[in-house]
Amino acid sequence: MKIIHCPINGPRPLQEFHFGGQVREMPVGSQVSDAEWADYVFNRSGEPGIQREWWYHTASGTWFIAERDCQSDEFIRTYLYGGRESDA
Amino acid sequence: MPNRLPERDGEWIDRSQSVRFRFEGKTHEGFAGDVLSSALWANGVRLLGRSFKYHRPRGIYSLAGHDISSMVEDAQRTNLRGDLLPIEPNLDVRAVNTAGSLERDWLRITDHFGRFMPVGFYYKAFHTPRRLFPLYENRIRKIAGLGRVNPKGHLPPSAKDYAFCDFVVVGGGPAGLAGAIAAAEQGLKVLLVEEHPHLGGSLLWQHARDEAAREQLKDLLSRADALENLTIRCGTQVAGWYADHWLALVDAERLTKLRAMCTLVATGCFEQPAVFGNNDLPGVMLSSAARRLIYLYRVRPFERAVVLTGNREGYGVALDLLQAGVHVVAVVDLRANGEMSDLAESVAAAGIEIFKHHAVYEAVASRDKTSVVGAILCPLNEQGGPESIGRVKLSCDGIVMSVGWTPASGIAYQAGLRFEYDERVEQLIPESESDRVFVAGRAAGVFDLESQMEDGRRAGLAAAAACGRFEGDIPERPVHTGPPPSHPYPIMPHPGKKNFVDLDEDLHLADFKNAHQEGFDNIELIKRFTTVGMGPTQGKLSNFNAIRILSRLNGATINETGSTVSRPFHQPVSMAKLSGRRFHPMRHTPLHAQHLALSANMIHAGSWLRPEYYKIDDSSRADCILSEAENVRSGVGVIDLSTLGKLHFCGPDAARFLEQIYTGTFSEQRVGRLRYALGCDEQGIIIEDGVVARLSEHHFYVTATSSGAAGFYRDLQRWALLFEMDVTLVNETGHLAAINLAGPKAREVLRSLSDFALDDDAFPYLAVRQGHVAGAEALLMRIGFVGELGYEIHIPAGTATHVWQKLLEAGRELEIRPFGVEAQRLLRLEKGHLIVGQDTDALTHPYEADLGWAIKAKKPFFIGSRSLQILAARPLARQLVGLALPQSSKVPLPEECHLIIEDGEIAGRITSVAHRTTLGQPIAMAFVTPEMASPGREVTIRVAGGKLLVATVVPMPFYDPENSRQKVAD
Repeated sequence: MKIIHCPINGPRPLQEFHFGGQVREMPVGSQVSDAEWADYVFNRSGEPGIQREWWYHTASGTWFIAERDCQSDEFIRTYLYGGRESDA
Repeated sequence: MPNRLPERDGEWIDRSQSVRFRFEGKTHEGFAGDVLSSALWANGVRLLGRSFKYHRPRGIYSLAGHDISSMVEDAQRTNLRGDLLPIEPNLDVRAVNTAGSLERDWLRITDHFGRFMPVGFYYKAFHTPRRLFPLYENRIRKIAGLGRVNPKGHLPPSAKDYAFCDFVVVGGGPAGLAGAIAAAEQGLKVLLVEEHPHLGGSLLWQHARDEAAREQLKDLLSRADALENLTIRCGTQVAGWYADHWLALVDAERLTKLRAMCTLVATGCFEQPAVFGNNDLPGVMLSSAARRLIYLYRVRPFERAVVLTGNREGYGVALDLLQAGVHVVAVVDLRANGEMSDLAESVAAAGIEIFKHHAVYEAVASRDKTSVVGAILCPLNEQGGPESIGRVKLSCDGIVMSVGWTPASGIAYQAGLRFEYDERVEQLIPESESDRVFVAGRAAGVFDLESQMEDGRRAGLAAAAACGRFEGDIPERPVHTGPPPSHPYPIMPHPGKKNFVDLDEDLHLADFKNAHQEGFDNIELIKRFTTVGMGPTQGKLSNFNAIRILSRLNGATINETGSTVSRPFHQPVSMAKLSGRRFHPMRHTPLHAQHLALSANMIHAGSWLRPEYYKIDDSSRADCILSEAENVRSGVGVIDLSTLGKLHFCGPDAARFLEQIYTGTFSEQRVGRLRYALGCDEQGIIIEDGVVARLSEHHFYVTATSSGAAGFYRDLQRWALLFEMDVTLVNETGHLAAINLAGPKAREVLRSLSDFALDDDAFPYLAVRQGHVAGAEALLMRIGFVGELGYEIHIPAGTATHVWQKLLEAGRELEIRPFGVEAQRLLRLEKGHLIVGQDTDALTHPYEADLGWAIKAKKPFFIGSRSLQILAARPLARQLVGLALPQSSKVPLPEECHLIIEDGEIAGRITSVAHRTTLGQPIAMAFVTPEMASPGREVTIRVAGGKLLVATVVPMPFYDPENSRQKVAD
């Protein structure tokens, strides 16, 4: 079972976390076409490499960002959203 | 025990404890410490089992836990491997996969039909006509199979525990011991795991003849013993390696989940067989098996032996056999130049004939085909293939194979390492190591004993460095010198006899040639077509020869051909080890004990336990539910709603935040009033509905659906971050209890308990009030989910029991009764209220559910608004409607999810149904196409058994369409 470093609680087992999907910028609805909006809603990048993801530490209610290599399944680092970047 | 050798230092058997056991109905005797195979062999029993497909006789082959042809079963357990199973008093086992008895297995006849059953035969012969396949399958499974599961068997559940260490060392041979000691000396907390009952690995059998090696082992053991931070677990399998050094350890008693920081794979090698005619007969065995018999169990393997070799080890084995009193007839060396070392001289000096550049072409079977009576040797041509002239027949009862090794790499593969072929050792070695996963010893292609210990020490220091406990220089891995320990192609074609590549699956050389001819020329394809490596040993003794064969067929190198990786479990793990208690968190409401005292039938609802209904003496479930509902309609009832999500939204931006989360508007909501709230996701799909109460300018109290509350709260927390608003969320789901008091007499019950005005002017429909109920601080919401006058009373969890009891007391004369989830579902269905997740699915948007009125499209933004804008412009694909079902019909009433059929096509489905209602008529909610959605339209439902039932679309709500009941003033 993987260990994930929660920026608040330190290393904890995967079981305590909830995956929140890729970090993506929501477009301003009025400025995009229907097709562009649908692309945002339905499509995700499956590109191998380092991906920014949302993770949630369930026990403490902490949302944070993780940089994960989705090819090797390695967590590179984790940090709070918009907050100070911590070492993974 | 005619074949037992005299006592010797280091043997695993305890001669003071003799053990009687039964095999195939006959009683035998062995010693404690014997496994079944060794004890039988000591008694001269050589036929230990029958093979999977052809029912060929089989004996000892590896004696290392890979002898699947010596699998046995007892009354409880099946597929026990004879070379792993310790004998004990009362052990009573029989061979698996035999018809009749092991000796007179009538299925041995299949061996004669082998040429009619080439590989792929089953796929081709039995797939048409399809309707007969179940018949064929049944027959084949009876003929080709392993043990039978005893459904009445009962094995006690196995214990589970957890362990933690800095460094886990897999394998207790010279490399593993040296690595564990080196790391422990640097202060690491080390766990050494050895699958066998004793430490020592190859020192115990491969190097056993060498006196210095025995001293070496004693030295290693005493050094290991002196280290307090080094723990040793023998008799323990590492069944799997999972992410971040999470390992499953299995021993006789328990399953241990281990977390480590670094891993050393010092698992050694699996010795690999040679392929020649009849190479599976009892009496043909790997050199490591012969050595294990001699040194661990003190059993003389044969009377007269021929040693087939392609490496130095074969000469050592010949000397081991000689010492054990075996007459060694010949050493047959595949190599053109034979062995150059002094070992060859010792063998020759002992009078053993050496055949260089020869192979064993065929093992000669006895008349009954259950033992070896000779070996046919052939000279080799320049390509290493058999010459047809110059063959020699030698008389012997055993053939020992010492032709090479393949690393026991399963755990290393699971830990992410990859292997490549190295011609210096003619085997796979690790391509590289990671900074926390190491391989040492023979598994890494290091065969010299001193080098193995050096390599282990190197890995131990590297692990210490990775853990920050060592800063010095880490030595390089020693390099192999001298001839390779493995032969590159110990495989002899043979036209007549079966020359087996995979003993698990009874695959012989011709099967691979056939598969290749059919176009399966890739390792992954040939594996799947021939099923090589898919048997119980997972190819531990066959995969590598298959790779050698395929690369030769393709004219490619081993590295071009590639190898297959290995997944957990490394060795089979019994179901009893994996089964056990499930720790499934289950939530109780503060009123749980009250429900039990009232004879509630509890059901699982998401993570909660809730009362389904309250049992009354002899009444049926359906009667209880209906009478609870009727009591709410005519009198008053109470239901525990503590499972509702209960959230506070506070702060100057609270209203604005709610407007972005839900589809409605809340800025101008008056303090003290309630609003229905509908939440969508970014696709515009309904994910949540609830009630928003405004308690003050900057304070809202919100209820959320029971099942979705946890996930919804999680989403809210993220949206609060993303929207960067000044809003504080407080989740009081567990802190508060909630009780809905509902029915025309609800006000009367509450009046005697509350300290605030209840009449319609002071506390109208859709208002929220704070005060006290039965002395407890309470928040009350006047809503009508069940369609009657109702007060949802939210109170601190600690007061819940008190308030509940006071409500029941106060309502006693009004015949108040608790009602459960089922009655509530019925009441809300009559009222046409949907349940998110029951009447909606992962594609339902508000327009389909007739909730368009709840969307305030003029708002600049809310979650899902852009998607709903697109959906609103499109024609509807389906609509949620009410159905009136016929009262009496020969056709059974529908269940949830039954389909609505129009012109032979699916046109919708039932989402909720009630067979008995307070209205007297069965009703349902269903999705139908828009063309079918107008009231009065008849629709056809396909019910159980494929029968068709006609129902009529009716307007919703079914009950009290004017909403007069919940607004009742007095």
